[in-house]
Amino acid sequence: MLQHPHRPKFLNLLKIHLPVTGIVSILHRVAGALLFLAVPGLIYLFNVSLDSAASFHAIGAWLSTPGTKIIVTLFAWALLHHLLGGIRFLLTDIGIGMELRPARASAWLVNILSGLGFVVLVVELWL
Amino acid sequence: MSWRAHGMRAWLLQRLSALYMLLFAISFLLYIAPNLPITYEYWSDLFTRPSIAVATLVFFAALLYHAWIGIRDIIVDYIHDTTLRFTLWVLVTLFLIGLGIWVALIVLSVVAV
Repeated sequence: MLQHPHRPKFLNLLKIHLPVTGIVSILHRVAGALLFLAVPGLIYLFNVSLDSAASFHAIGAWLSTPGTKIIVTLFAWALLHHLLGGIRFLLTDIGIGMELRPARASAWLVNILSGLGFVVLVVELWL
Repeated sequence: MSWRAHGMRAWLLQRLSALYMLLFAISFLLYIAPNLPITYEYWSDLFTRPSIAVATLVFFAALLYHAWIGIRDIIVDYIHDTTLRFTLWVLVTLFLIGLGIWVALIVLSVVAV
């Protein structure tokens, strides 16, 4: 029944060569999962920001502590990548960038722009 | 062909919710941009306006629905044990409903009716 009993199964992640479009896809998922975890924090901050003038100002001080900076940088990257990748997927849904070359180009663009945004944010927050 | 059973509705609403969040974020940022840096007085007054409060509530509804479908996709793809899959799905659903109630209470407590 099996035509190729010894066909390779590249389940070794080091041997799988994921194309750049696949990388955008999996990063979209990873970033989305991170953002899911951020939702309670977002609602909590929203609540605190409206509570009182004192708590509104406390958020600024809280955001500038090293521990929260790491988290904020990570979530900012997730948001940026998920947003750019999401726009790319929406455009694909209406038939824009469906061909291999533009699809690969836009995938590179999403990864590079979100990477650059991450670097800018790290520089802004830490240097 | 049922609209619901084939996941078409979830697929479409996933995209519509994304579009709403994108448009809300852009309009919201443009709307508050002239008032930078944002003071507490401006910020707390903002959400007393019914139009902003409603748009914000719809934003959070879109966000929670979007997250619900996204997490469902992840669970369906990676969790193969039916009991665990169902349990996680129920927990995520209850969690998101809880967040929805929480944020609705926050907005309703500040909006001027």
